[in-house]
Amino acid sequence: MVKSIKVYTTPTCPWCIRVKSFLRDNKINFQNFDVSSDQSAADEMVKKSGQMGVPVIDIDGQIIVGFDQERIKLALGL
Amino acid sequence: MQIYDLVIIGAGPAGITAAVYAARQNLNFIVISRDIGGQTALSAEVENYTGYQVISGPELVQRFEKHMHKYNINLRENESVLNLKRNGENFLIKTDKAEYLANCVIIASGKQSEQLNVLGEQEFKNRGLAYCAICDGPIFAGKNVAVIGGGNSALDAASILIKVAKHVYIINNAENLKGDQLLRQKIEQSANVTILNKSQVLAVAGDKFVKSIKIKNNGQEQELAVEGVFVEIGLVPNSEFAEEVKRNQKKEIMVDIHNQTNIAGIFAAGDVTDVPEKQIIIAAGEGSKAALGAFGYLARKKTGNK
Repeated sequence: MVKSIKVYTTPTCPWCIRVKSFLRDNKINFQNFDVSSDQSAADEMVKKSGQMGVPVIDIDGQIIVGFDQERIKLALGL
Repeated sequence: MQIYDLVIIGAGPAGITAAVYAARQNLNFIVISRDIGGQTALSAEVENYTGYQVISGPELVQRFEKHMHKYNINLRENESVLNLKRNGENFLIKTDKAEYLANCVIIASGKQSEQLNVLGEQEFKNRGLAYCAICDGPIFAGKNVAVIGGGNSALDAASILIKVAKHVYIINNAENLKGDQLLRQKIEQSANVTILNKSQVLAVAGDKFVKSIKIKNNGQEQELAVEGVFVEIGLVPNSEFAEEVKRNQKKEIMVDIHNQTNIAGIFAAGDVTDVPEKQIIIAAGEGSKAALGAFGYLARKKTGNK
């Protein structure tokens, strides 16, 4: 049940704000990487997801691009 | 299938305001939307919404959302309406996930970015090609980027990008940049900007990610090495699902002063309509007007007096 959750975001993107508040509302712990100030995180995100749009959510290695609520719920078992 | 009193399509300022009004009238209704906040969520600073001297778009959307969730609202997020049509006495709404019946509909689906329609656009979407500088701009820190367009939204995007990117090319179709004069001056005076007027994009190219764009500048074809392309050539109304509803040449839904469309029982509000001026505060006001129009319609329908 222990899941490692990484969220790659920028401070200004509305979908990033929504992903983070969604996770907080569901009491899910996550690590946030601000790709606007952390270049290595930005590279990691592009490498993992094969694209450059934010947000990217990494749930135990499963990569979800965008605030896809259903896929996120499924991956988290919510 | 149950028949809702009302289905609201869209959850930007117009749709959310209509939802608040509908909740306060205890209507049996749902809100179907691809996203929350629409274009407002993509706005940087909002300085003309009464009551807030300055508020960021995303923050204003959070307030709207909080206001909406004060009521117990049935919200279908991440759901796209594909078709809306008359179905005897009521309306059938088909989405990418389900079907709904309603006695009354408010279309508040807003607008979205217009596409370039050039070679490579679909292929490189999110692989260097983006439609939202405020969202994706920071990822292009230290890189060369291009902004396509010459109006206010292009200027906004450029002003965000000049702070992070190495160099910003503005590819503008017209002879000069349009839009806000102060913003224009600020951009024209930036050291890392090249403005290419009378220019069109012909293609976006690269391998896995964008590497260059091919443009035509004053009739001359040339290639620019850029890793980011921001398309800001305007907005188109999200009205394609409403085939039976009368639209103008710009594909905006035509409404009367009560926000009613040509079809009794279908109302529309906000940027998707032909109401002049697209503003957050106008969209919100129009959303409330449409909701009041819908209540009147439902009341008349109930008493059999149409």
